[in-house]
Amino acid sequence: MKYILLVHHSKDSFEAPKDPADAAAGRAYGEALHAAGVFVAGAGLVSPQNATTVSVRDGKRQVQDGPYAETKEFLAGFVIIEVPNLDAALEWAARNPSAARTSIEVRPLGGFYFAAAPSSSAR
Amino acid sequence: MSESATDAAIEAVARNAYGRLVAYLAARSGDVAGAEDALSDAFGAALHRWPADGVPQKPEAWLLHAARNRLIDAARHAQVRKKSEPLLQLASEAEEVMTMHPTFPDERLKLLFVCAHPAIDLAVRTPLMLQTVLGLAAARIASAFLVSPAAMDRRLVRAKTKIREAGIPFRVPDPAEWDERVVYVLDAIYSAYTAGWESAIDEGSTHHALAGEAIALGRTLVQLMPNEPEAHGLLALMLHCEARRAARYAREGEFVPLDQQDPALWSRPTIDEAEKHLRVASAFKRMGRYQLEAAIQSIHAHRAVTGVIDWKEIALLYEGLVRLAPTIGAQVGRAVAFAESGDVSAGLIALDAIPASRTANYQPWWAARAHLLRRLGRQAEACGAFERAASLTDDSALRAYLLEHAAQ
Repeated sequence: MKYILLVHHSKDSFEAPKDPADAAAGRAYGEALHAAGVFVAGAGLVSPQNATTVSVRDGKRQVQDGPYAETKEFLAGFVIIEVPNLDAALEWAARNPSAARTSIEVRPLGGFYFAAAPSSSAR
Repeated sequence: MSESATDAAIEAVARNAYGRLVAYLAARSGDVAGAEDALSDAFGAALHRWPADGVPQKPEAWLLHAARNRLIDAARHAQVRKKSEPLLQLASEAEEVMTMHPTFPDERLKLLFVCAHPAIDLAVRTPLMLQTVLGLAAARIASAFLVSPAAMDRRLVRAKTKIREAGIPFRVPDPAEWDERVVYVLDAIYSAYTAGWESAIDEGSTHHALAGEAIALGRTLVQLMPNEPEAHGLLALMLHCEARRAARYAREGEFVPLDQQDPALWSRPTIDEAEKHLRVASAFKRMGRYQLEAAIQSIHAHRAVTGVIDWKEIALLYEGLVRLAPTIGAQVGRAVAFAESGDVSAGLIALDAIPASRTANYQPWWAARAHLLRRLGRQAEACGAFERAASLTDDSALRAYLLEHAAQ
């Protein structure tokens, strides 16, 4: 099964200067995901201040500065992994260095719309 | 055996076989609800027919055969075919397993770990176990947990959907995670035992709506994990409490506190069974919360033999319990044990050391405090505390007992 690990951070932690040790831990985590053969996709995101929101209403495109909703916590990064079950996904989520500072939401991918994408391996 | 005892034994066999089959099918399909649906009619038929026709030699085979017809019917309808075809195939495999092996594989342990998985809402873990492992009706579970049947049904459906959709695996946890995961299972079973009873001064309280079912789960657990001392400890605790059922209320339904109960009314065989499990547990030399709680009840039970309660020993056990799991119940128990072993002031100090935010609505704290205040001669405060305790229980017998003391 494929799962997405959603890493949420507060605005403050987005703005805080990056600690080199954190960056190293993040790289090591990424390497471990690859080495285990469970990595599907993943990235860190820039600050929500740099987000732009788009919607289409009555055929007209509406563009707005800022994230979809003003909340205390923002999506800061994600990893998509392919593992046998939830227990394995939870284990990888716990190994994410961010888990020590914030919470990570683990959700199975529905896979409906993009099921035919060439990169997706057979289940 | 009396007719009702025979019926109860037959029902136990049916529930046992049902739970095994649900576990077998769900462990392979990941679909608890589908497994239950497939078996529900067969289970109902078994409960209806076995008392008259006798228990079949292979209960699982009988249930599976009855369920298979339903699955075949279902597979004829195009809409449900997709869902029931894999189950139909699993049912065929299960029938094959049965012809080859004398006993049907028992995967209920995996099912118990799924029901008590940390990813499942805490409030639904116990209901989920009762429904999937014992085949208890949702309405019965709902009434024990004091919620509407519709609300309970929604919770159960949501949990089963999550098991399937989130991919919660049917597996026995690794040694590294065993201790942590076992606690979830133990707690869920104990919560079935205490469901519907507002814990009084001690375990001597009310409804016990699901006590029998909780003990059945406890016995199953001991079979499934014979080397886990806490499983034995939990069963011993529940059996000790259960042994006192007849002594808890006087003839007119008045509440009788544990230390004033007539030991002649306690069930000797149930106490013996509890003691047996406590001995098995202690041989593993791995102390735990449930073993300590059972040991405390064991000392109370010993009054039947010696006529006295060793409160010093109880205080020691509570000390261990507070260190292991500093619940408010353990803290109140320890304070009472201090007082009963001679130092009433120390007991009161221990009670008052518990933060007020935790005690405000905790009836046993108020009742314990009231008793200690009275023994220290602080009448007015004692009356107030008894009244406060009475206002915090929904057990009418206990309320009457507390109000009577308030008026003294």
